[in-house]
Amino acid sequence: MSDVRDRMVARAAREIAPGMVVNLGIGLPTRVIDHLAADFPVCLHTENGLSGIGPTLPFEQADRNLIDAGGAYVSTIPGSAFFDSAVSFALVRSGRLDLTMLGAFEVAQNGDLANWKIPGKFSPGAGGGIELAQKARRVVVLTTHLDRKGNPKLLEQCSLPLTAAACVNRVFTDMAVVDVAQGRFHLREIAEGLNVADVVGATGAGLVIPEGDLPRF
Amino acid sequence: MKLADKSCAIEDAVSRIGAGATVMLGGFGVPGTPFALIRELVRQGPTGLTIIKNDANEKGMGVDHLLAAGMVEKLIVTHIGLNARAMAMMNAGEIEVEFCAQGMLAERVRAGGAGLMGFVTDIGVGTELATGKPRLDMGGRAGVLETALRADVALVHAARADTFGNLCYAAAARNFSPLMAMAADRVIAEVEEMVKPGGIPPEEVHTPGPFVDHVVPLGTLGEEYGVVRRA
Repeated sequence: MSDVRDRMVARAAREIAPGMVVNLGIGLPTRVIDHLAADFPVCLHTENGLSGIGPTLPFEQADRNLIDAGGAYVSTIPGSAFFDSAVSFALVRSGRLDLTMLGAFEVAQNGDLANWKIPGKFSPGAGGGIELAQKARRVVVLTTHLDRKGNPKLLEQCSLPLTAAACVNRVFTDMAVVDVAQGRFHLREIAEGLNVADVVGATGAGLVIPEGDLPRF
Repeated sequence: MKLADKSCAIEDAVSRIGAGATVMLGGFGVPGTPFALIRELVRQGPTGLTIIKNDANEKGMGVDHLLAAGMVEKLIVTHIGLNARAMAMMNAGEIEVEFCAQGMLAERVRAGGAGLMGFVTDIGVGTELATGKPRLDMGGRAGVLETALRADVALVHAARADTFGNLCYAAAARNFSPLMAMAADRVIAEVEEMVKPGGIPPEEVHTPGPFVDHVVPLGTLGEEYGVVRRA
């Protein structure tokens, strides 16, 4: 992983407060675990029916019945619990999930999230993403600021089918930390080596810029 | 008093599944997928099946065998991204695929198993997943009606069972199985370890025996039950 993406993931890990119940989506969000201290008090949840996820295990040590929702072989820790899929999503929908971190194709300035379908190209189904995005108490997105073609992912409006409407609170990218509030993007932090104009130029919507120096990550 | 013995040979149990049947399959990826029952279903070969499962497994595993054999008419699933054949058949119009949000699939099955006709939710409101569903606003909140799901047959995999059909699932292999085991007219469980009634302490039963019709003991587990080595 490039240095700046690693710093972005490390920065996102600081979003997790002690005692939270957290669900980390597949991809970049899963890497957040690597930046949490082994004794940090957090309860990680996975949709397929486990709270209290322990470390990921190599092939030789894996339990064939113990995966996370991304298919990685994980483990339990003292205090873990298994449950069925209805209970798992009752936990999500009832407000017990403090935070989820998800990937994105597009985020709109009102917090709309598109991350599950590109019509005609990619439609594998949304899995648990819709309920995570709609019902977690806090939704943060980890994504590159630009897509592979160099187009902005932070937009005035999403062009792709929505995962959930007006759900995103904060976006961590390889360029910036951006909050979503009152229908606008607000620049909060900038990656080392970039300036405000770089971020503005890479963002497909207006960006509220605070006065004074911005924190760096 | 004594509880009935529901142990059954695999071919007899699966022979209850006819052409055009709706079949629920437990499992989330590998854990909980009833691979042996699926193989027997492929061997017997009823066609026109509607399959309800979280996912379509991966190449050469579980649901993929049903697809390869041309036995599937429709999938009701949450995610098929790990099965290129399922994606290709969907895109070619060879199978119909109905996608559900994962918790909605679980709850629709649970509702079916609880004898309910459906429920009202705000999940998916404002997205294309709400398209075509009856709108039902309650207390000023926008909602949609989700209908319950039932099946003709549910196939589940349990780590332990007694001959009456009390089931225990291992670790994260539980997932959809206890829900599906309540939501079908006929429930077939394949089990790794079979014990006599009383062999499972009552407080450790995940699926109560009255929900289960047939218990099929498994011999040595096939390779597909094992840990998958991914690149």
